[in-house]
Amino acid sequence: MRHIHSVIIGAGQAGLAMSRCLSDRSIRHVVIERGEVANSWRSERWDSLRLLTPNWQSRLPGFVYSGPNPDGFMNMDGITGHLKAYAEISRAPVETGTTVLSVTGVDRNYRVATDKGDWLCRNVVLASGACNRARIPGFAAALPEDILQITPLGYKNPAQLPKGGVLVVGASASGVQLAAEIAAAGHEVLLAAGQHVRVPRHYRGRDIQWWMDTTGVLDMTTREVDDIVRARRVPSLQLIGDHRIQFHDLNALGAAGVEVTGKLAGIRDGVALFSGALANNCALSDLKMNRLLAEFDKWAERQDEAGNLGVPERFGPTLVPASPRLSCDLTGGRIRTVVWATGFEPDFSWLRLPVFNGKGQLIHHEGRVAPGIYALGLPFMRRRKSALIDGVGADAGAHADHIMRTSGLRVA
Amino acid sequence: MTISTQSTTVSNGVNTEALIGARGAFEQTPEAAQFTFHSTCDWIEGTFNRNTINSYFGLGQNHERKRTFTIEADHPEVFAADDRAPTPPEIVLSALASCLTGGVASVAQHRGIQLRSVRAVVEGDIDVQGILGMDPDIRNGFSAIRVRFEIDADASADDINALVAQSQKRSAVFDILTNPTNVAVSVA
Repeated sequence: MRHIHSVIIGAGQAGLAMSRCLSDRSIRHVVIERGEVANSWRSERWDSLRLLTPNWQSRLPGFVYSGPNPDGFMNMDGITGHLKAYAEISRAPVETGTTVLSVTGVDRNYRVATDKGDWLCRNVVLASGACNRARIPGFAAALPEDILQITPLGYKNPAQLPKGGVLVVGASASGVQLAAEIAAAGHEVLLAAGQHVRVPRHYRGRDIQWWMDTTGVLDMTTREVDDIVRARRVPSLQLIGDHRIQFHDLNALGAAGVEVTGKLAGIRDGVALFSGALANNCALSDLKMNRLLAEFDKWAERQDEAGNLGVPERFGPTLVPASPRLSCDLTGGRIRTVVWATGFEPDFSWLRLPVFNGKGQLIHHEGRVAPGIYALGLPFMRRRKSALIDGVGADAGAHADHIMRTSGLRVA
Repeated sequence: MTISTQSTTVSNGVNTEALIGARGAFEQTPEAAQFTFHSTCDWIEGTFNRNTINSYFGLGQNHERKRTFTIEADHPEVFAADDRAPTPPEIVLSALASCLTGGVASVAQHRGIQLRSVRAVVEGDIDVQGILGMDPDIRNGFSAIRVRFEIDADASADDINALVAQSQKRSAVFDILTNPTNVAVSVA
């Protein structure tokens, strides 16, 4: 068994940022990665996906985008290359092709067992990502057997799907992007939309992410929101990494021929049953968007250079069909595929410590799980941007400082 | 532009502090949040019957109220009944309106919005060919329900719309009507 001060699990943006922060503080560590650097970006994303955030916003500790197109959006090769370059520049001690089997407590240390041998360490950083598994409702088991079920983790492109109709469940970024792409490939698409967040790509001449970043929305801390549990569950924004697409919302999908209906509430005798609450979910989404834009406007009023920004604007409401369908017979042969775009969850099944709540979710305070156990990259972990590439660096820095203090080392 | 004082306390008669306290308590003991409500319906005559409502289970035990409530139902004369009480579907509509209206008051209290008047007008469309068994393609229940709120409050139109939207989001009856529920009926 090898001894080391700290073990980081995962070599994505979170693990690499943590590695850089520990290296900067001369703390010996190793980064364990089941595949290659940026493994999830390489192998668990669909072909056409681009980041929802512009290139300039992929800032990591000691590393920024220096290419020719700061306002562009990286595709999966782009983000993989970005992180590979970061790992090289940071000389991150990554052990690739190494799968963690378990993490267990041993006195006041931790044993990290892998398929390439064990490590004993004082600190473990969980940087294996927040999107390891698709969250699929229990009633998925009631789907007729001849229907193909697929999640965004397994979906690559429409060529994978059998001919015929597709039910896309979920209207966050993944759901709306897949619904549009699959419809454009000639499939009949029915989209079941529950709670969702509609925003424009551009506002007053700037990218929405510029507004979120500049006005401090992304910097908000857990103490600055009413209900952190709810804030952590907010679905991803209905956006696509493409400047030409101002709205990738339900209106755009409707115009592209996608049939939109309410949240999938259950499956009974092979019939999908949809909620009749679509109108309210659209109203909530429109109100939320307008509140966000009003905050931006208020911020802009206080700035000297407000004249450089475009004029405030408000967008028309989501057009809700008069009577969205309440059911769809899945045994009739019209629908051949169900895409579960119903969210993701981390997989900590190898973490053998009493750090989970009754729902199996990791309990943590600002990413501190237990003495010597740290999490990174979880939704709204310390700040709203914690799960973004751009947000993980500050969290990694805070953890590294905490590791210094608890190890009796002096923070520089 | 008028200058108003910020210190006025909003009072819609809802004790939101107690509700927020309950949330905290239920986080610690989720089993206490398991409630079961009852209603007992006795047939009187024809389509006329009476529900009595008193006890409910919650916070780990049974609760008896000081008063027993009754809700009567009947059918109107066009259905050859005596019209002694509202029809059950009308009671469903009134339950939806009550639930959403209570929600509006609670959310307004929580958000510091003083209400002056709130009225909800509910309509439900039914094609009675369904309940008469005339056409299997026509459902028995409402084909559409519409609720129109008239709200007078110290708030902007957007804030009032947000009250109504949030009330729907947290309403039991809105959920009951918009989502399927397994219903088990047995004979003792």
